[in-house]
Amino acid sequence: MSVEAPILPSTPLANAGGVVHPPAPSARARRRKLPFSGWHFLLVPVAFLFLLPFVEMFLTSVEPASEINKFPPAFIPSHFTLDGYQKLFEQSDILHWLLNTAIVSASAIASHLVLCSLAGYGFARLKFPGRSFGFLAILATIMVPTQLLMIPTYIMFARLGLVDHLSAAIVPWLASAFGIFLMRQFFLSLPAELEEAGLIDGCTRLQVFFRIVLPLAKPALATLAIFTLLGSWNDLVWPLIAINNDHAFTLQLGLTNFQGTRRTEWSLLMAGNVIATLPLILFFLAAQKQFVATMTFAGLKG
Amino acid sequence: MTTSALRPPEGAPPRSSTARRASRRHRSWREALEGWGFVAPALVIVLGLTVFPGVWAFLLSFQKWDGFSDPISVGTGNYRDMIADPELQGAVAHTAIYTVLFVPASVLLGLFLAVALNRRIRFIGLYRTAIFVPFVASAAATGILTTYLFSPQFGLINNVLRVVGLPEQGWLEDRHEAMVVITIMSLWGQAAFTTVIYLAALQDVPGDVVEAARIDGANSWQIFWRVVWPQLAPVTVFVGIYQTLQAIQLFDLVYTTTRGGPLEATQTIVYYLWKVAFQNLQFGYGSAVAYGLFFVTLLVTIAVAVYSRKSGREAF
Repeated sequence: MSVEAPILPSTPLANAGGVVHPPAPSARARRRKLPFSGWHFLLVPVAFLFLLPFVEMFLTSVEPASEINKFPPAFIPSHFTLDGYQKLFEQSDILHWLLNTAIVSASAIASHLVLCSLAGYGFARLKFPGRSFGFLAILATIMVPTQLLMIPTYIMFARLGLVDHLSAAIVPWLASAFGIFLMRQFFLSLPAELEEAGLIDGCTRLQVFFRIVLPLAKPALATLAIFTLLGSWNDLVWPLIAINNDHAFTLQLGLTNFQGTRRTEWSLLMAGNVIATLPLILFFLAAQKQFVATMTFAGLKG
Repeated sequence: MTTSALRPPEGAPPRSSTARRASRRHRSWREALEGWGFVAPALVIVLGLTVFPGVWAFLLSFQKWDGFSDPISVGTGNYRDMIADPELQGAVAHTAIYTVLFVPASVLLGLFLAVALNRRIRFIGLYRTAIFVPFVASAAATGILTTYLFSPQFGLINNVLRVVGLPEQGWLEDRHEAMVVITIMSLWGQAAFTTVIYLAALQDVPGDVVEAARIDGANSWQIFWRVVWPQLAPVTVFVGIYQTLQAIQLFDLVYTTTRGGPLEATQTIVYYLWKVAFQNLQFGYGSAVAYGLFFVTLLVTIAVAVYSRKSGREAF
């Protein structure tokens, strides 16, 4: 059992406060030193409450329908069954929606990483006329709520023939003001000497960018990728507006529509929920540090 | 073209002034091209998807248009209609109720969880994971979970109430309780955000100040409220404003749970805006509502910024 204590971010972005941790003693030595604390009495029930919806989701997805719908319902299934998943695959296009969402998120992340880091670098390092104005314009758009843009964007996409295609869900995620801002802040925190050395050695700017700068930018790129993954994977309102054709449904949109037609077929719905949520949960467990760094930065952007 | 031409090595023989001027002009032109080359693709996408539709929405807000027939100019008619629109007033009221429920609760919950998690004890990593992981749940998934957990007949919550002998509730089907349920599940999904912000802020509280208070004989409770809490003020202002802006824009969870019901009790401003625009195809009126909402959020931001500057707190 790991006893990793502080999982707060230590990227140059988020560690502005400069928390310095003493060198970690070996896990066993640390465990012996940690005294029992009364906080456990509080944290155990709180953690249980936060996990409960997920536990319910998983248990219900493998529970026989007869047990969910009897009265009073049984919350712990008497035996596991995959009927819910099987029916879900038969009666919905969930795997197709999953593929659509994977395509949207993968394109969003790839495009974000390339375009936002290029622009962030340009604003941080290069001198060109209109730079300040361009960056101010980007910052100003952060203030504009998406609701303001929904109607004209929908009309615009309709005229471009994008509506009802998966590309309608992709295009708004190609780049973002937040991403540009994040990358610019990161590049400003890097010392410029390395790049200057590269330029003197005869590299072009693009070579310097790809060979010297980007390899140093991994923490910021991870933050950006997670931000984009969370946003594009979970987006509901825009696909809801722009996509009416169930062949181009994203996972969230398909699931919501499915819920509308199968009000009480809980094992099916929960199976769909597991499929929609599990990838992100696993991702979170694998990269919790980066997720927390992303949240911190998203919070400090104001 | 090589870079050495742009950056002459030191000790290079001085060139004539005309040649230097020409090369400088050439260089600045090249630098401009290079700079814009880096920023243009992202800039065009971001500005193209905000400035252009933003201006268009403003123009639309003075028109009546269903997207098919010719738009009719109505001057400020849409804005005047908004003031007299009872359904919009209801939506504003429901949004206000949600904001009042959600914002203080999310700030206090985040503070409480951050304090509880800001210590080195066994299993602290597990506790953090448990509290943070709901952050990745989508509105669609949360919506389905909500309708299940709070289902009057089959739901876990009512069954717990039944077992402990308390009266069962209608929850999402009760117009007085539906917004409370949505608030609870929003808190479940969002608690990680305020908690993480407060955790980072708590680690920035200078240890010597806390130590000094302890030497002066303050107990933990006094230290927290008299020493730590004032230090967190800028973060509290920021988190409060951020969560208020989030609350004013509530849509997803309403759509995936109640669709504005029962009896429009959970119809928020953005839900109403979506209905007006994409169910009734009133693009002009919808744009006016969107601009109204934008000005409200702008006012909230400016008011808090001015207030926090006046009271000497640097929130941004």
